[in-house]
Amino acid sequence: MLNKYPTLKFISTRAGWYFITLIVAITLNFTLPRLGPNNPVDIIMGQVGAGLSTAEAQQREERYLREFGLVKMRGGEIVRDADGRPVQASILEQYGSYLKMLMKGDLGTSYRTSEPVWDVILRAIPWTLALQIPTILLGWLVGNLFGAFAAYRRGIFDKALFPVALFLNSFPFFVFGMLLVYVLSFLIPLFPSAGGYDLALTPQFSFSFIASAAYHYVLPFLSIFLIGVGGGAIGMRTMGIYELGTDYIKYAKWLGLKESKVLLYVFRNAMLPQITGLALSLGTMVGGALITEMIFSYPGLGMAMLSAIQNQDYAIIQGVTLIITISVLIANFSVDMFIAFFDPRVKAGIQMGRG
Amino acid sequence: MKLLKNLLKSPMFVIGTSLFSLVLFAAFIVPWFYDITTLQRVGDSYGAPTAQYLLGLDHLGRDYIVLLLRGLRSSLYVGLLAGVIATVLGTLIGLIAGFKGGIVDDVLSALTNLFVVIPQLVLLILISASIGDTGRSLTLIAVIIGLTGWTWSARSVRAQSSAIKSKDHISLARLNGDGGLRILLIHILPYLFSYVFMVFIILISAGILSESAISMIGLGPVDTQSLGTILNDAKNNGALSDGYWWAFLPATGIIISIALSLYLINTSMDGVFNPRMRK
Repeated sequence: MLNKYPTLKFISTRAGWYFITLIVAITLNFTLPRLGPNNPVDIIMGQVGAGLSTAEAQQREERYLREFGLVKMRGGEIVRDADGRPVQASILEQYGSYLKMLMKGDLGTSYRTSEPVWDVILRAIPWTLALQIPTILLGWLVGNLFGAFAAYRRGIFDKALFPVALFLNSFPFFVFGMLLVYVLSFLIPLFPSAGGYDLALTPQFSFSFIASAAYHYVLPFLSIFLIGVGGGAIGMRTMGIYELGTDYIKYAKWLGLKESKVLLYVFRNAMLPQITGLALSLGTMVGGALITEMIFSYPGLGMAMLSAIQNQDYAIIQGVTLIITISVLIANFSVDMFIAFFDPRVKAGIQMGRG
Repeated sequence: MKLLKNLLKSPMFVIGTSLFSLVLFAAFIVPWFYDITTLQRVGDSYGAPTAQYLLGLDHLGRDYIVLLLRGLRSSLYVGLLAGVIATVLGTLIGLIAGFKGGIVDDVLSALTNLFVVIPQLVLLILISASIGDTGRSLTLIAVIIGLTGWTWSARSVRAQSSAIKSKDHISLARLNGDGGLRILLIHILPYLFSYVFMVFIILISAGILSESAISMIGLGPVDTQSLGTILNDAKNNGALSDGYWWAFLPATGIIISIALSLYLINTSMDGVFNPRMRK
């Protein structure tokens, strides 16, 4: 049907795949926490049993059961067995109500604080976005520039840069963050070691708050950025050396093209596989950056998740993991589309119906 | 033999293997001379390093050398187990998908592409959190890491094996009447051996790092120490802000040594197998 419009066909096929991935991710997000002995249903059921003494606690517990569709309902009332305990809904019924909730954009309420999960996420997400998007992209870009240059020049520059990049790249995020805190916050007290802003201030659009946020931004930024530079540089160097050995570059050199022109060709051709590489490593990068947030007690999603894990607050854990997965999927999809339209090789493939 | 000679010419390989041998020496030879069987309070909380306890004491006043050696052994164990599981899964799925082609390839590649974009950390957190604090053993964590870490290797092994499939010697083997499994094992796998080995090295390293990452979040093993739980304890007990360097510097040093040495070995092998990278 769409054969006449290869580009449209390509986009809809890719979108279809991402949609299926999303469904799988949602299903995993629902199933995995219920696999182990520590599953949320039992925890809540346990709380109901323990909290029966006061009417208020019972009310609160009932709301959870109702909200998450964990128990059987009849005519708006919770079905109870002979002992007055709520009857658990089947796993499929629970999955159904989970999907229904998500469809309405409802992520539930925190088991502990009764705060809507959305509020927790909305409070945290600006920090995470502000920290991760610039650091990951900038680190990747700067790394690529260094890598292309090293591949082209080889010699001293390469010999000095490559080991440094190798060294940086083998640092786990959290380890690098800890070392930065120790050196630049404890040994030489230049930067604050924790938080996203001075706690004496309230988040608002004022100069003092933004200055404080920027000041707290430095260390987390550095710890993600530098590792990204290392990774980008190594990948680009490898790609660059490969491209430099290809026939078209030899031909370009024989033609006597200017050095800068040749370098541009190399960069352009080596860049696009690197974008694919970025897409593939995005999940790892985001995961690492989340742990970096935890090291710095940065008020983003990583920190929200850490405290939820410590409190066994599954509503928040599940909400945060879902948001992270969806964000990574969206980012991947965008990169896919970007490559499709900017890589002439892929574009030609799509036009010929090989997308 | 020639391969080894070429490898030994690479300074990266020499540094990498020496560093990794040093790590193995610490993990398996040092415990013969340094008793790590007992772990108990021997002094003050965060006691500074002394001649008797060279790396000081942790928040519970326990000898850090014992903790680190135990942690190192656990981390190596996790890396090896997770690495084996992920490599076997990834290689099998990639090999079969690349070799069989058609609907099998479509299904397996779809599965791989599905899981490659779902962040591993998310899966690790969801599973580890559901297991709870009582049953989270080191082995279980290694298995979970292995089961969630195969996607990337499957993808690259698939690309490699589908490239080899169209080579002449495979057609000859087919003409000779060899079955699919025989071709796969005898005519394709050997070609990929060096590649799979490199994947294995990276996956060991990834397994060790994943374990430390998940331990840093407080979802680490409950039955033993690992390098990740040591760092998590240090972080939770304020060692970082109080500047007790012995609480985290040795552990971070060991993690970096493992990751760096394996990475160097992998990169140097890549250089030997792809001669264009040399020069």
